[in-house]
Amino acid sequence: MDEAKPDDEVLRQTEVMARLLMPHLPGAARKLTWDEVNTGFSAEQAVAEAKRCLNCAVCSECMECVRACGPGALLHGEKDREFDVEVGAVVLATGFDLYDPGDKSEYGYGRYPNILSALEYERMLSASGPTIGEVKRPSNGEHPGKIAFIQCVGSRDQDHEYCSSVCCMFANKQAMLTIDHVPECKPDVFLMDMRAQGKGFDAFYQRAQDMGVNFIRSRPSYVKEDPESNDLLITWEDETGTLHTDRYDMVVLSAGLEPARKAQAAAGALGVALNRHGFCELHEYAPLDTSREGVYVVGPFGEPKDIPDSVAQASAAAAKVMAGLADSRGTLTVDKEYPTERDVVGVEPRVGVFVCHCGSNIAGVIDVEGVAEYALKLPGVVYANDTMYTCSSDSLTLIKDMVAEHDLNRVVVASCTPRTHEPIFQDTLREAGLNPFLFEMANIRDQASWVHRDQPEKATSKAKDLIRMSVARARMLEPLYKVDVPLTHTAVVVGGGVAGMTAAAALGDMGHEVHLIERDATLGGRVLEIDQTIKGSRPADFVAALEQRVVDNPNVKIHLAAHLEDFHGFIGNFSSVIAADDGARTPLDHGVVIVATGSQEARPELYSLGQSDKIVTGLDLEHLFASGDERLAKAGAVGFILCAGSLEEGANYCSRTCCQQSVKNAIRLKEQNPERPIYVWFKEVRTFGLFEEYYTRARELGVIFTRYDNDSKPRIVGAGTAANGKPGTPVRVAYTDPYLQRDIELALDLLVLATPTVPNDGASELSKMLKVPLQGDGFFLEAHVKLRPVDFASEGIFLCGGAHYPKSIDESVSQAYAAAGRAAAILAKPTLKAGGVVAEVDQDKCAACLTCVRICPYEVPTIDFVAKKAVIEAAACQGCGVCVSECPAKAITLHHYTDAQIFAKEEALTMEVS
Amino acid sequence: MADEPTGPATAPSEVAGAAAEAQPQAELPANEGFEPEIIVFACHYCAYAAADLAGSMRLQYPTNIRMIKLPCTGKLEVIHLLRALEAGADGVYAAGCLEGECHYLKGNLWAKKRVGYVKKLLEEIGVDPGRVEMYNMSSAMGPQFAETARSFTARIRGLGPNPVRPREGFTAAEVVRRQMADVALPDDAGADSTPGS
Repeated sequence: MDEAKPDDEVLRQTEVMARLLMPHLPGAARKLTWDEVNTGFSAEQAVAEAKRCLNCAVCSECMECVRACGPGALLHGEKDREFDVEVGAVVLATGFDLYDPGDKSEYGYGRYPNILSALEYERMLSASGPTIGEVKRPSNGEHPGKIAFIQCVGSRDQDHEYCSSVCCMFANKQAMLTIDHVPECKPDVFLMDMRAQGKGFDAFYQRAQDMGVNFIRSRPSYVKEDPESNDLLITWEDETGTLHTDRYDMVVLSAGLEPARKAQAAAGALGVALNRHGFCELHEYAPLDTSREGVYVVGPFGEPKDIPDSVAQASAAAAKVMAGLADSRGTLTVDKEYPTERDVVGVEPRVGVFVCHCGSNIAGVIDVEGVAEYALKLPGVVYANDTMYTCSSDSLTLIKDMVAEHDLNRVVVASCTPRTHEPIFQDTLREAGLNPFLFEMANIRDQASWVHRDQPEKATSKAKDLIRMSVARARMLEPLYKVDVPLTHTAVVVGGGVAGMTAAAALGDMGHEVHLIERDATLGGRVLEIDQTIKGSRPADFVAALEQRVVDNPNVKIHLAAHLEDFHGFIGNFSSVIAADDGARTPLDHGVVIVATGSQEARPELYSLGQSDKIVTGLDLEHLFASGDERLAKAGAVGFILCAGSLEEGANYCSRTCCQQSVKNAIRLKEQNPERPIYVWFKEVRTFGLFEEYYTRARELGVIFTRYDNDSKPRIVGAGTAANGKPGTPVRVAYTDPYLQRDIELALDLLVLATPTVPNDGASELSKMLKVPLQGDGFFLEAHVKLRPVDFASEGIFLCGGAHYPKSIDESVSQAYAAAGRAAAILAKPTLKAGGVVAEVDQDKCAACLTCVRICPYEVPTIDFVAKKAVIEAAACQGCGVCVSECPAKAITLHHYTDAQIFAKEEALTMEVS
Repeated sequence: MADEPTGPATAPSEVAGAAAEAQPQAELPANEGFEPEIIVFACHYCAYAAADLAGSMRLQYPTNIRMIKLPCTGKLEVIHLLRALEAGADGVYAAGCLEGECHYLKGNLWAKKRVGYVKKLLEEIGVDPGRVEMYNMSSAMGPQFAETARSFTARIRGLGPNPVRPREGFTAAEVVRRQMADVALPDDAGADSTPGS
């Protein structure tokens, strides 16, 4: 087809032929007949008409798009090309397909204009979306007064026997953003269960409720439209069975996640097996391994999952690949080359200022053009401009071009936060031949447009101040250089459970020396307390194999009945002592640390726990199964209370694993004796992802699920007793059935409490020693809950397993590989780069008073006894500047934060600019 | 600072009490129409991140603060606080990590000590010590960042314009000298009397 397309020259020479009108019956002839009005072309006429065709296919190649695209991103000549690449591993990170809500015709998507899919609504909420962030009804452009979200559209139904895991949280977010955009609009969310099983999710859900989002537990069966107003009518049934019909201005359908069709094709080509849902078939203890060795899967092609889980899996896949390719590591890498840096020392500063619109995020509040004009008047500024997204590749190219064109030697970007974007712009400076430290950012989004939304003039004036201060500092900036620092190629893993052993084995497989420290006398951790997994396998077998793998790995040194002490140092150069319970102390230098200290089951004094051997926790029940206890075989009715102490004061978060554990045990007990009645009381059933099928199975088997709230908890009215070898008296539980609206009392032979999972003892001490943070509930706090799920903010320290948040075996394994992958990214380098923002002693001023030696939290400054002056090793300096502030002789400078740079900012605040 | 002890004996935890007097004072009646200019020294890991979070959460706070990022409030020197006032800022505060949670271990406690020291200096020259303050917050405390900006701005609004700001023909140092010698300054006529003396 492509070859047959006419080129521009042919088009110019082509004669424009008139369209032939089709012959038709004259008006009079049409009277009293049903004959076709158009009488049709003759064969010659049809051929002549067809010859008018320019054969231009879908695109007529008018090239208007090429002319319109500023950065010249469109290439019409591009064709598919095939490459042959030899690889040692393949990672499938193909994502998911969004369910097409049009398939559920009862909801009217595609027919009624005011029904949007969640993705379309996400775009509507976005500042760079089709409505520039304005929420409005597609039918008439008005702001909605009432808006409904319908959950589980394409999830948890006959065609999708799984939960899509992420829709509850994105609906929460979209509902809250709706209130941000249209404060008087309080959305209704129709849902079955709130699946907020991730870290911090319940707090988010609580915030949504506090903001006024109304959650309704009902699954509407259809949506109708009022054709006059295009309003939408939802009929729904409440928990007591009463029907309601409500009118909404807009409805958003939370479409679920489906396996990616194209990925399924790729999996077929690779010979990778799929499961019955169409996702990649995975092993419960090897959540990245496909059925074909060397092919790994990450993200929602394995199972629907959210961002942090996908990010963790991505790092984990990197670790898997690194282990497999350990021998050929680094052989094909190419370092990015930068032009030689221009010497700017002693050259008059020439500052370029780039003011970002950030879509409407900044420009919607601040007069960005005016700010750029103002910036041009500032001393030292020779160029200023405003760009739609300064971090987009065309804008970065503009920065490079302007550096060359205007001979800029300092760059100021006024946009968002340097915490996320400074590295991008610094790299651009390097590409432009400038030292990356000749860069300064003014945060006019997070510190002005977003927080002074209702005061555009003052926000604009503040933006000018921030830029004036940044330009003043930029003029004082000096080029800085990093140096190579030696690195100890050894890792320490704290905790010998599934996560710790997996991380140690992974690092060992990659060829790195690992010290695995376990405080107990044996490896294995808490998972050994679980008798069977939901898929019916025994974790003990898996743990035994994993333990063997660790023991057999020559790179892994195991320290049992020991703990870490005297930890200090910095990334690449930590030193600690491994203190054994028998008193032996082994000093150890290491480059990284992985925290894998796990979690444990709490035993709160609730529901008469501890007062009767008929009231047990989830793990107690596992022990009963494992020991083949007669109580189980003989028990008649069994009850489970989920969230026994969770989602309420004390442990106000979801323990993530108890729903699957309880559902599994309910099924097991039912299969043991189908006649036995089983009751489950829940606040939420969070069988997310593919666990949903077990929830369905439990209900099919006749397990009775009843919901309760914190103000309608089941009550123990008789704790029950046991007699030696005899049944004793049963546990009596009273509750109100929401469907029947009646109080019910039941006699149970066993009551199982799904109590909260809490961090292991010692987490707090370890956090203090490693100087890494815990969050309020005692779990370790990662560097970024979405994007850096296994990193700590302190470099060289990583996190995995239950110490991060309660998680299942496969999730712990994924995270452990992820932590190993992140750690290996450091250990794989011959040396580290350090320096830049570090302190330096001016030896002419130094009086060797020892102030810096005493005050440095990292014990970096030393005294050179020959020169009798203090010396600060650039490689070891962490750049906090505390020595600089305390030095009585002002002999120390912290580069990039010099007095001159700070004073320049301060003085610029009140500087007048004409 | 040379006379400030610096050895291990002054572990910053002991300094904690010294600046305890630096509690926010009762809010004074607002000076309508006066828009204070406030400099905030924020540490990279906590306070600056908290400000970013306040932004992401779209929390609204007064437009009066201007932030200067430091790696750690431990880098904040006495001279930086004084120079802010000398340059004309009406108030200045440091915002560091929560006590005990400093990314650089104890930098925020050193900052707290220095803020306490500057308060004493200000008191000596007759400037209200409430014009400088130390606050602590974690990177997750966006709402607290916004609340701090609100309450400190309200405090400075109540205190009125910086009495030592440079004026036509006078540097800040000259202004202070004249004020301490009770010599009238050109534009004192309509302004409030010097507070805090």
